[in-house]
Amino acid sequence: MSGPRYEELEVGMKLPAREFPVRRADLVRYAGASGDFNEIHWNERFAVEVGLPNVIAHGMFTMAEVFRVVTDWAGDPGAVLECGVRFTQPVVVPDDGVGAVIEVSGKIGALLGDNKARVDLVVTSAGHRVLTKPFAVVRLP
Amino acid sequence: MPLDPSFVGRTYPPSSPYEVGREKIREFALAIGDPNPAYVDPEAAKALGHPDVIAPPTFPIIISLPAAYQVVEDPALGLDWSRVVHGDQRFVYERPVRAGDLLSAVVTVDSIKSMAGNDLINLAAALRTPEGELVCTAYTLLVARGLEDEAAAPAAVSAAEGEA
Repeated sequence: MSGPRYEELEVGMKLPAREFPVRRADLVRYAGASGDFNEIHWNERFAVEVGLPNVIAHGMFTMAEVFRVVTDWAGDPGAVLECGVRFTQPVVVPDDGVGAVIEVSGKIGALLGDNKARVDLVVTSAGHRVLTKPFAVVRLP
Repeated sequence: MPLDPSFVGRTYPPSSPYEVGREKIREFALAIGDPNPAYVDPEAAKALGHPDVIAPPTFPIIISLPAAYQVVEDPALGLDWSRVVHGDQRFVYERPVRAGDLLSAVVTVDSIKSMAGNDLINLAAALRTPEGELVCTAYTLLVARGLEDEAAAPAAVSAAEGEA
């Protein structure tokens, strides 16, 4: 796995965009692995009762998918020094055999010196931005 | 009712140490659908300079969020657990979390704000080894939605941070 080198980066350079499908089974699996069993992430009856349109993905599941764009690009996931998101809109995951799709694109937002760069991301699902200002700071060779 | 601002700066006792295992990292990586060999193959991780398999960037939430619930469930603070949503999340890594780590989280209340009837509470969870090495700090904004405004939490977060 050889990733990009710092000296090759320019502000505005795009990372390969990705789409990540999310189905109910993915949420059940994530619930088990993460220990977050909040029923809004798997129980449609409960989700509707608390005012949601349907079951929604764990915010942390969405966040995990988003930063795959960065770790796959960087080569070494250990290159990530910092990452953050603000949860804006839920990713609604209907039980229709199709589910939802999380679309992620990213570009170099700033070169920070000391081989560090900030990656700015855009994350949408069903036409809505689901996260505000997702970013990562990476250190490259 | 607004939360007691005197909780700002309060630090909670360390969570019981969490032993990060290779198989737990593998399970987590599978659950997020990430086939990166650095998460499952010790040789691949070593080739990148890590002593053992490393964990995906969001893995520390497994340790930090339960620790944060000490605050949510603190009866003295009086947060209504059933109204709490996750507003934002940020991680700062000193190094990647890796298999073999024994990590406990110390949670500090960074700020408390009241915004449009919602309570916003910023927490920092510092994950350290028994030797005191800081590995990762997880910053979490929790929003306790106001009673009269069921759907306003995201808007409240944006307003509180001064951004639309």
